[in-house]
Amino acid sequence: MIYREAGQFKASYEEDQQIFPIKQDRIVMAALVAAAFFVAPFVASEYWLQAVLTPVLVFALAALGLNILTGYAGQLSLGTGAFMAVGAYATYNFLLRLDGLPFLVGLVLGGLSAAAVGVVFGLPSLRIKGFYLAMATLAAQFFIVWALAKFPWFSNYSSSGIITAQRIEIFGFAFDTPARKYLLTLAIVSLLALVAKNLARTNTGRSWMAVRDMDVAAEVIGIPLMKTKLLAFAVSSFYCGIAGGLYAYTYLGTVEPDGFGLDLSFKILFMIIIGGMGSVLGAFLGAAFILLLPVGLNVLMHTSVGALVPATLASNLELIVFGVLIIFFLIVEPHGLTRLWQIGKEKLRLWPFPH
Amino acid sequence: MARVIGDVILDLQNISLSFGGVKALTNISFDVREGEIRAIIGPNGAGKSSMLNVINGVYHPQQGRIVFRGQERRRMNPHEAAAQGIARTFQNIALFKGMTVLDNIMTGRNLMMRRNFLWNALYWGPSRREEIAHRKRVEEIIDFLEIQNIRKTPVGRLPYGLQKRVELARALAAEPSLLLLDEPMAGMNVEEKQDMCRFILDVNEQLGTTIVLIEHDMGVVMDISDRVVVLDYGRKIGDGPPDEVRNDPVVIEAYLGAGH
Repeated sequence: MIYREAGQFKASYEEDQQIFPIKQDRIVMAALVAAAFFVAPFVASEYWLQAVLTPVLVFALAALGLNILTGYAGQLSLGTGAFMAVGAYATYNFLLRLDGLPFLVGLVLGGLSAAAVGVVFGLPSLRIKGFYLAMATLAAQFFIVWALAKFPWFSNYSSSGIITAQRIEIFGFAFDTPARKYLLTLAIVSLLALVAKNLARTNTGRSWMAVRDMDVAAEVIGIPLMKTKLLAFAVSSFYCGIAGGLYAYTYLGTVEPDGFGLDLSFKILFMIIIGGMGSVLGAFLGAAFILLLPVGLNVLMHTSVGALVPATLASNLELIVFGVLIIFFLIVEPHGLTRLWQIGKEKLRLWPFPH
Repeated sequence: MARVIGDVILDLQNISLSFGGVKALTNISFDVREGEIRAIIGPNGAGKSSMLNVINGVYHPQQGRIVFRGQERRRMNPHEAAAQGIARTFQNIALFKGMTVLDNIMTGRNLMMRRNFLWNALYWGPSRREEIAHRKRVEEIIDFLEIQNIRKTPVGRLPYGLQKRVELARALAAEPSLLLLDEPMAGMNVEEKQDMCRFILDVNEQLGTTIVLIEHDMGVVMDISDRVVVLDYGRKIGDGPPDEVRNDPVVIEAYLGAGH
């Protein structure tokens, strides 16, 4: 009854084309963003900020990047981890080697480096599709992680390629506590999420989706396939690169090339599959699901069943329940949590009446 | 409004197309005049769809010349054809299934959109104005084809007949001077065919669009087209106004069957 759009008339196309055309959505979203900025940093404990909220945001950004490429433009990629690694290591090197370079500039340069690498490894997409393209991006995954470990220059000759993030300082203000790092991450992720939404709802996003849904028809109505696909690779890798930079600088602080392995790529791929392909919201839901569910299960296990069985069995049980839940959600709704959310909203619009 | 048939807008001269040893088209010549409805008919495998694919650059003929609006070309790609004002629909619907009707039709205007992705990322000023301006034109097409009530529906959920209409809308969104329709009425019931006929005639009369169409329903073809080309086994066996073609013994033999 509360969620009803009756009486909300749109008098212009501008009003019809806004991101949240329904007033209730706008209110909820504004409240969420306000809570994330002004309440969470003061209420949440350091553990929550550092180990839960910040990684959820960082992974949501990486998932958003992959979703642009795979969900919107339809190009399957298994190289997400590698593009994140490029972002992290490039940011580190720019900040290390250019004295006095502002952090945000370094981060953006890291993102742009990832975009350039993404375009190079996206070139095969002009000729191959689907699983075969996934193999080509898999090559990127192995090659980049190998190169970062092999050539010590990238990590400034530290042992086994480990880099330690420099102090973050923006206009003389140090981002050194978990709360400050969380706020910085939140600001960057919110901005890039808005940008992704804008791209998705304009000509750029429509061209990507057209290439995804039927490339022959897209070409016939004048969409240049090469340009569109490479742009998707560039924008996607830029997002992954920024996510990689944040992964190193605001989340972990110390990273090594192996941390950006295939596991990471798969984890992010699972996020967009569970969250929903071709949706900005899906990236956030997927990241939250994959990262928060184990935390929740862990707490649950240790308070209930876990207390009765040995600790090793309890942690195995966690994994089993986690896997079962993923399968369950995919059976219930193959199009992901976003679709469930939309169905819920459609039902809510009618509730409590049957029609 | 009186229809005006103008000069030749598209001239195809001695087109031959083969795939390996298979000859799809052999030495075919015909022209299309501005403002007319030109039908291509023929039995299955006669080369009709190949002909359309040659016109909009999907296939490249081994021989022959194509003159479109005074410009001669041997080969071109679909992107160039679209830029020159050639739009088309497909025999098997080629809509973007995951997108809404509105987005599908908006995509049809992509060549007219000038703002690059950096502007779009901001969705501010010129980019927003451009989107709104094109939305207005798209809404006119939606009104024209009477699909207002489904504009926010993903096309995958629509019935077949409506999908065909949305595909026509997407082609019209490009404001083409030449519209190629590949079996616009295939698989439709009588009522849907009548609707589609009306829309094709409206497009031709009110927008002045030149139309080349492939269709198997002889009643429809004879009713709405100005001139008809008949293909059989990749060769042209007839060309002229419907009445002439209908009574041509060669055409009757090849296509309508000896019994007629």
